[in-house]
Amino acid sequence: MNVVIIKYNAGNVQSLEFALNRLGIDPSITDDHEEIQRADKIIFPGQGEASSAMKYLKNKKLDQVLIQLRQPVLGICLGMQLMCDQTEENNTKCLGIIEVNVKRFEGSLKVPHVGWNNIVKLLGPLFSKIREQDYLYFVHSYYVNVCDRTIAQADYGGSFSVALQKNNFYAIQPHPEKSSDCGIQILDNFLKI
Amino acid sequence: MLRKRIIPCLDVKDGRTVKGVNFGNLRDAGDPVELAVRYANEGADELVFLDISATLEGRKTLLELVRKVAHEVHIPFTVGGGISSLSDVSDLLGAGADKISINSAAVLRPDLINELVANFGSQCIMVAIDARNDGGISYVYTHGGTRSTLIKSLEWAQDVTQRGAGEILLTSMDRDGTKSGFDIALTKEISKNVTIPVIASGGGGKHEHFHDIFTLGCADAVLAASIFHFKEIEIKDLKQYLSLSDILMRL
Repeated sequence: MNVVIIKYNAGNVQSLEFALNRLGIDPSITDDHEEIQRADKIIFPGQGEASSAMKYLKNKKLDQVLIQLRQPVLGICLGMQLMCDQTEENNTKCLGIIEVNVKRFEGSLKVPHVGWNNIVKLLGPLFSKIREQDYLYFVHSYYVNVCDRTIAQADYGGSFSVALQKNNFYAIQPHPEKSSDCGIQILDNFLKI
Repeated sequence: MLRKRIIPCLDVKDGRTVKGVNFGNLRDAGDPVELAVRYANEGADELVFLDISATLEGRKTLLELVRKVAHEVHIPFTVGGGISSLSDVSDLLGAGADKISINSAAVLRPDLINELVANFGSQCIMVAIDARNDGGISYVYTHGGTRSTLIKSLEWAQDVTQRGAGEILLTSMDRDGTKSGFDIALTKEISKNVTIPVIASGGGGKHEHFHDIFTLGCADAVLAASIFHFKEIEIKDLKQYLSLSDILMRL
């Protein structure tokens, strides 16, 4: 299977690559438009800051490539947030693939939300073989509210979206590549979609 | 709901795990990759590696170690020790570290925190604070606890939060290696007065100490080293114990 990890200026992908290796996949890490378009599965990772990531994607015209993809795409962490309409992080307009907005955690909560949280209300093939209340590792300051695209939820001062889906686009806020066996299972599920 | 975290710390020197008492007297504690795998299997929530190699060779060994750990272990890990530049951080993250921890270099030049946050994001920048009590006030120490400063621990914790650090690793030098319990008053004071997670370190010796630092000390996570390395406390048992006393754990 031909799996591509989109290469851009947001974060390291070493752990993601190793996690895929464990599943017998040797992903290519590339920003080449044709190679991305040809891939069977595409992973859009990300850590760091939204506006500089969007700027970089636009400069490389990766934003146009991404929104037109027809094969399964998995956005992770900042990758998920960039798939939405807009984020409060430096009031950044994002890719607009999933029509929701990204907000900052507020109130008396510690921010970033760091650590293991249990996930519930799991829907669809991404969570095949995953049990309700299983744990995933999160580290983020911005979140998406529960909406009709939500396919998993967790609680941090209220329910929020752990994962979203629209057509071939899947998005997950925690880091499956750092979430032990449960996370590896989610990556495996994505590869089987 | 978010779980409280148990974080074993591996002090690494020239590719081996070592552990001292009160920042001295090193004992060999085994192969860091083997230990890391063991801890991940036993339910550790994260790992921290602190490199105390003084030589360039030792630093190179560290990068190889980071790569091996990232390959073998699928839980998050932080690397600290001697980090003083953007390129240090870039190398470590590139080798597969999830977060880095800075200490002395941040005290010497606080803007380094802002620069690292701007380049790599808050989520991967941890600031380690080595704190020692002097006449009822906690002050920051640097260079592995060998140099005093006139900076108050609480003020520094608030400053690093303002600068965008994602977490604070707070070590009580007074308690480190003593197994007499974590510094509850210090941890509580800092955790209550910053908006980022605080990891308490130094002094864990018994199950009860971990309970108290989460409940009374308001710690978001706890770090310990030798009691785990030498199996005085098993992580699985500890998490069971804490869970039975109503502290949210990932089991």
